[in-house]
Amino acid sequence: MTQQVFSSVSTKKLSPKLIRNLKEKAIEIVLFIAASTSVATTLAIMFILLEECWFFFQEVSIFKFLTDTEWTPLFANPRYGILPLLSGTIVTSAIALFVAIPCGTIAAIYLSEFADSKLREIVKPFLELLAAIPTVVYGYFALLFVTPFLQKIFPELPGFNMLSAGLVMGLMITPFVSSLSEDAMRAVPALLREGSTAMGATKLQTALRVVFPSAISGISSSYILGASRAVGETMIVAVAAGLQPNLTLNPFSQGATITAFIVQVSLGDVARGTIEYQTIFAAGLTLVLMTLVLNIIGYYLAKRFREIY
Amino acid sequence: MQNLVEIRRNIKQRQLFNNIFALVGLFIILVAILILLALTLRMFIDGAPRLNWGFFSNFPSRRAENAGILSAWIGTTLVMLVTAVAAVPVGVASGIYLEEYAKKNWLADLIEINVTNLAGVPSIIYGLLALGLFVYDWSLGESVLTAGLTLALLILPVVIVTTREAIRAIPNSLREAAYAMGATKWQVVQDHLLPYSFGSILTGVIIGLSRAIGETAPVITIGALTFIAFLPDSPIKSEFPFISFEWLKAPFTVMPIQMFNWVSRPQADFQVNAAAAGAVLIFMTLGMNAVAIYLRYQLRKGIKW
Amino acid sequence: MVEQLEKAIDFQPVAEVKHLDFYYSGFHAIKNVNFDIPEKKVTALIGPSGCGKTTLLRCFNRMHDLYPGNRYQGGILVNGVNILAKEVDPIEVRMRISMVFQKPNPFPKSIFENVAYGLRIRGENSRTVLDEKVEDALKSAALWEEAKDRLNQSAYDLSGGQQQRLCIARALVTEPEIVLFDEPTSALDPIATNSIEELMSGLKQKVTILIVTHSMQQAARFSDYTAFMYMGELIEFDKTETIFSQPAQKRTQDYLSGRIG
Repeated sequence: MTQQVFSSVSTKKLSPKLIRNLKEKAIEIVLFIAASTSVATTLAIMFILLEECWFFFQEVSIFKFLTDTEWTPLFANPRYGILPLLSGTIVTSAIALFVAIPCGTIAAIYLSEFADSKLREIVKPFLELLAAIPTVVYGYFALLFVTPFLQKIFPELPGFNMLSAGLVMGLMITPFVSSLSEDAMRAVPALLREGSTAMGATKLQTALRVVFPSAISGISSSYILGASRAVGETMIVAVAAGLQPNLTLNPFSQGATITAFIVQVSLGDVARGTIEYQTIFAAGLTLVLMTLVLNIIGYYLAKRFREIY
Repeated sequence: MQNLVEIRRNIKQRQLFNNIFALVGLFIILVAILILLALTLRMFIDGAPRLNWGFFSNFPSRRAENAGILSAWIGTTLVMLVTAVAAVPVGVASGIYLEEYAKKNWLADLIEINVTNLAGVPSIIYGLLALGLFVYDWSLGESVLTAGLTLALLILPVVIVTTREAIRAIPNSLREAAYAMGATKWQVVQDHLLPYSFGSILTGVIIGLSRAIGETAPVITIGALTFIAFLPDSPIKSEFPFISFEWLKAPFTVMPIQMFNWVSRPQADFQVNAAAAGAVLIFMTLGMNAVAIYLRYQLRKGIKW
Repeated sequence: MVEQLEKAIDFQPVAEVKHLDFYYSGFHAIKNVNFDIPEKKVTALIGPSGCGKTTLLRCFNRMHDLYPGNRYQGGILVNGVNILAKEVDPIEVRMRISMVFQKPNPFPKSIFENVAYGLRIRGENSRTVLDEKVEDALKSAALWEEAKDRLNQSAYDLSGGQQQRLCIARALVTEPEIVLFDEPTSALDPIATNSIEELMSGLKQKVTILIVTHSMQQAARFSDYTAFMYMGELIEFDKTETIFSQPAQKRTQDYLSGRIG
């Protein structure tokens, strides 16, 4: 019996196996490089932000940046306190979440526990479309539709205000919250529902006492995602809330968010190397850190409430 | 049996809450849909005086009634072309790598966590990245190419995630059948996984592109102009070699920026233009999404495995 | 390329399983199995579920290589070559030893393309060759009459039994020496099962068949040799009549009489 191995036979010829394996390996390397693009993007984002911030914080002390109550980098006598931009971001996001979390959750409970599948099939695409509308269109809507409407109720409301921007942003975020929460609730096994129903609970009681707590991990991450969308949303606030940094928690006043400030500076002509150019990166880093904190909270919430069915 | 009376009252009360809740839920959803319809309708009504042929064939102008979106819609088309050409191959390749090739190790985990996190990065941050990296470090300027690449990075997570989901949905028995015939890994991908997941991937690409079309913030950041009264160089030439890539370097504007520019002007006349541009933009994005939703519905019906 | 390999390797259609062990990560699934697969006969692998019969079958075309953490020890010698050896390319093994699965798994392609796939990945693109070989394979799988007028229709338009015969045609088209069947009728109704069984008995003139079945009647009906496995071990291997009429081992007897399994 010859100790002949399959491959040793083919290596005598032009080795189709070798060529094939080389080709397979080459393809794998190309695919790997493609997959690395996303990691490279993250690294590049961090690098670019930190690089410009390095220059920025040589001009402006971090202490001043965090405590000064004025943000006037484009004035003759510039001040660089991030607080007014933070307050604008927090007020508009809080209003948005105040709308999106209750509406999104109720809609999700309704779709997951009450609606029949036919209604769900019709409604879900519409909610998806609501999430697909460009935000600049929502900005138009806030400025020229919602603000005039609110001014009828509150006559003293200025033309640019955080209330209207926040409300419209809430409308935009509602579909995200509802769709992710619904997914989480529908993943709860039917057995748990049946257990509750068999005890004589109504649908609402089952939904609130059994399904909602079981799906809390997914639901809370939908809230976090909504919050990070609100914080990063740009066009609605840039169009409807004004561009005037304003250290206030009053939603009826105008104010600028971090994102709106970046837009405002970018609309002008800023050259690299100037302090104006560096401010938008400092603002951007603050924004990234805020979303990072939200993501970490989300991660821990998801871990803390991990579903074990 | 007075107990029974109590129980009945209790049930009645609970059913009442139940029904009230159902009504509230239905109401919220209907309001959301109504707003969608009202918003769309309002845009079209407000913009109606401008929605004529001239609006599409005119450059922006100082006079509202003469201003059009020619440079904006051509800019949007060219930028989307670059975005698609860059994002689709890279996104699909990444999805294939993560789903079929990556071994379960820290590197694969890192890429996976990274893709999830990138999807949550605010879009304006991509604009800052592009400003620092593409515009200055790579000297690509404030061009169609820069905008296309920026939006490509932005929608990359969408393409990667849909590719992975589409490939994961293909039953393992088909992979085994192909491997058992002596197919290599790439043959399995090329002959089976890609053709069978084509429709789902296409759906994801359309949704990603529709998001990119409406993106304003990152494109403002890289310095898209708001007033452009010329077109990029034509990609097709009458003399050899007939194709030109000069347009990639051209300054540009896109639809949402044109709209933003008009919204932020105080004159009411320009707000009519903004509404008209908004109507066109809504038509584009909703149209693309409707196509994607329809495609997904058809695919779900067609799957037999 | 097919011909080249065939001549070069001089692959004799007989396999010897020698001291074969197999591990899924830490789990010892096949324990020191030894037996020979006779040429151009039907050999059935029987045993209670979880006994390792499918695992053993999937060693023959190295399907376990597709998943991480699997490990072979010992060998399956085909023409003196241990096909489980690291140096042996699993793709070459699968080109010589084909497989039919538990559930019909045609590709979502046309009937023709399903059968032609094995030839196409071997680089065969000549339409005349493809036409001829696809026809032969469909005839061998007793599907030609039903399929000849609808070769371009989707394979999913066929019934379950027809789909399984299509998978058999797909496995036959490259003229393999051994065809592995993994409970090929378990997802089919009795009539379709019957036609597949008839088909398999006819095939043994051409190829060596190794079949896993959970149905003892099926093994008894048309296999020539039977191997009985229990908890990863090969308990008994013999001519089918011998196994079913006078098994040498007590455990075989117990299984056949329904006391275990």
